[in-house]
Amino acid sequence: MIVRIMGEGQFRIDDSDRDNLNELDNAAVAASEGGDETAFLKTFAALLDHVREVGTRMADDELEGSDVLFPPADTTFAEAQHEFTGDGLIPD
Amino acid sequence: MAGMSGRFSTVVKAKINKLLDKAEDPGETLDYSYQAQLQNLQNVKKGIADVVTAKKRLQMQAEKLEQSVVKLDTQARQALGAGKEDLARMALERKTVAQTELQTLDTQIAELEDQQSKLTESEQRLRTKVEAFRTKKEVIKAQYNAAEAQVRISEAATGVGEEMADVGLAMQRAVDKTEQMRARAGAVEELEAAGTFDDITQLGSGEDDIDRQLRELGASGQVDDELAKMKAELGTGGAPQGELGEGKAGA
Repeated sequence: MIVRIMGEGQFRIDDSDRDNLNELDNAAVAASEGGDETAFLKTFAALLDHVREVGTRMADDELEGSDVLFPPADTTFAEAQHEFTGDGLIPD
Repeated sequence: MAGMSGRFSTVVKAKINKLLDKAEDPGETLDYSYQAQLQNLQNVKKGIADVVTAKKRLQMQAEKLEQSVVKLDTQARQALGAGKEDLARMALERKTVAQTELQTLDTQIAELEDQQSKLTESEQRLRTKVEAFRTKKEVIKAQYNAAEAQVRISEAATGVGEEMADVGLAMQRAVDKTEQMRARAGAVEELEAAGTFDDITQLGSGEDDIDRQLRELGASGQVDDELAKMKAELGTGGAPQGELGEGKAGA
């Protein structure tokens, strides 16, 4: 599985880690939807740290698309909330 | 995958597909993609240049403010030395405002530095991918028939398209930051134009609007504290000269 953290690049992660990622991902979403900024920042940082820790960074000249994309590490709480309700982070 | 990554991935991928809107002929797709990638790189370079320009403007303002701080401090001391406490207080009030602005500017300059380095790294990654795509494009053109080529092109283009979307987001964030800083720089320039940081030799006699506003800002006690400190340093603490530091005054 290939995971991209926007602003950092791509990581190759073993498929067996999918459940772990899902769990961390859901925790971040729950915090965001629950309106808990502190919890969001903590869970979101934990999610990205996990990717960096278990993932192998891909070379810049590899041309593969990612299976999963995560917003950049400096995503604010407001941006995360907007992401779930509004137009998203990526400009048209 | 559900949750954040699910929704985010879907949004990004939809935009990448739009970005890569493919032509019928694989060869055309390749050349079109490559042109689009080069264009994208140019835009990123321009984005970096904009951030650098905004940063330089703030740095110049910071330099000016630093000079004002030094000058106003000197003048406060001179005024106090000459027994003109009102004038010293006025200079210190202006110095306080200049220092506060300076701190804000320094923070913002650091933020722009950060944006600049992020964009530069993004540009480097995209450049490497574009170069890899260029090489692969020639291989695909030479080795594969139309149907197979279409698949390979699609794969390769997705890899670059994603990087372009990534850089696009970095650019958007940098532009937002730069806009904020421009507004900020404009506000400081207005204060400057209003004479807020002028040294006190530029002032006419009597109190003007700026002085009244500065007095309110300086009412926090910081100016009083600094004035007291300055007096102690200069040995003009209100006590007759010569008695200071001997520990006998008022005893």
